[in-house]
Amino acid sequence: MSASVLFDTPGPKAKRRILLINIIGVLLLLALLVVVVIGLANKGQMEPSLWATMFTSNAWTNFLLPGLINTLKAAGLAIVLSIVFGLAFGMGLLSELKALRWFSTIIVEFFRAVPVLLLIVFFNILLSRTGIVNGTDSPFWAVVISLMLYNGSVVAELVRSGVRNLPKGQREAGIAIGLTTNQSLRLIEIPQALVAMLPALIGQFVVILKDSALGYIVGFTELLFYSRTFASANGNMLQALLVAAAIFIIINFALSKLAEIVSRRLSSRMPDGKTADPDAELEAPALA
Amino acid sequence: MEKYLSLFTEYNIPAAFWVNIQLTFWAAIGALVLGTVLAMMRISPVRSFAAFGTGYVNIIRNTPLTIILLFGVLALYNQLGFTLSSDFDQNFFNLAVMGLAIYHAAFVCEAIRSGVNTVPVGQAEAARAIGLSFFPAAREVILPQAFRGSVVPLGNVLIALIKNSTVAAVSSVAIEASSVMKQMLEFESNLIIPIFATFAIGFVIIVIPVGVLTTWLSKKLAVAR
Repeated sequence: MSASVLFDTPGPKAKRRILLINIIGVLLLLALLVVVVIGLANKGQMEPSLWATMFTSNAWTNFLLPGLINTLKAAGLAIVLSIVFGLAFGMGLLSELKALRWFSTIIVEFFRAVPVLLLIVFFNILLSRTGIVNGTDSPFWAVVISLMLYNGSVVAELVRSGVRNLPKGQREAGIAIGLTTNQSLRLIEIPQALVAMLPALIGQFVVILKDSALGYIVGFTELLFYSRTFASANGNMLQALLVAAAIFIIINFALSKLAEIVSRRLSSRMPDGKTADPDAELEAPALA
Repeated sequence: MEKYLSLFTEYNIPAAFWVNIQLTFWAAIGALVLGTVLAMMRISPVRSFAAFGTGYVNIIRNTPLTIILLFGVLALYNQLGFTLSSDFDQNFFNLAVMGLAIYHAAFVCEAIRSGVNTVPVGQAEAARAIGLSFFPAAREVILPQAFRGSVVPLGNVLIALIKNSTVAAVSSVAIEASSVMKQMLEFESNLIIPIFATFAIGFVIIVIPVGVLTTWLSKKLAVAR
């Protein structure tokens, strides 16, 4: 309970006061809800037809589901690629070779500092101009590449801090049984670091899924794009955006819960009871 | 090279960055105020307030910023006729600031809460044991330590906010960095890479000092435990 630092266990008097404030709070929240609903109704936004069109099979099979599939495709590919990128550059950050370490540091710091949207806009135009991919595919690949570069850099940083937080004895034991430092890193340290960073990694998936919606800006036909297309035809933008947001929230909420469960499982399993924080997206200059 | 330098006279790149800095400044103030209120609600013993705070954070944190900013323009402005200024451009700017503040308030709330969580319970128990009541204990003992613990997470939220201010492009804030870059990339097709590098380095120059500063500040203010 986070409340325990500031608040002592309440006595009978405080309990009564808390109950009173609680009732006032509930009433205030209900009032807020009523004001919003009445306000929307006055603008004619509570018309059942505006909401009902969002739940017809036409809305789902022709707009929301194809959009969601594209979103998941881009996010899934970006997740896999950013793990690969993160492992490669994480090892680079931990390398014995100074040049490789410097190179990896510059790449990782650069891509963590540049807004993902700038990357997406840049790659979209670069890919379509150079014709590396089919013109209509360039928004998709721009999103995937940009998400890989940014989130891969965050993952690299996670790998580095995961390995740094391992007890020193792990590496020493590896070297003592005759492994090279490189082998010890690959066979002993990184596998353990990966387990410890799993919650933070899942938290990063949430960031990837959310950021895939940036593709909307360059015309990637993802969930938001389809929701908007559907809504322009039906005049229910507010309702369509709320449904699209709800889909994102449900998926991300499930992922966040998964991260929490994994974190709890691991903390009972790890010898020192330590895992990376599932909220590590706040620790790295990440989120987004 | 000459072609590249002429870009700076043709397009006002510093002005584009200035818009992002303004967006960041106002949104940061809004997010800090709203986030602090939410954090107080979340750590209060009043159930309904705590539930509201938790609900807000879980909903907003899991929503893409793009949707929130788009909602401001398409749903609030276009569909409901909601405005924040009578001036056309200023209205979009204000809507973008509002969206950015609403989104980042969730992260500010979590940063402050994590700061409060760094304070060991023994500190509060000791404060009560020497006879301090709630407000003196909070003011003299707990909040100063909590503030120090939240410097780094708050700094990270600020960095994210600076970068996310580019998403204001969807709120029709036309002269911010990502929109200007897009426009330049479309018109100067043989200078794609130098143009991107210019904008990227601009952000590196803004973002990295903020990171260095917060790390330095948190080390300077660190509580020895």
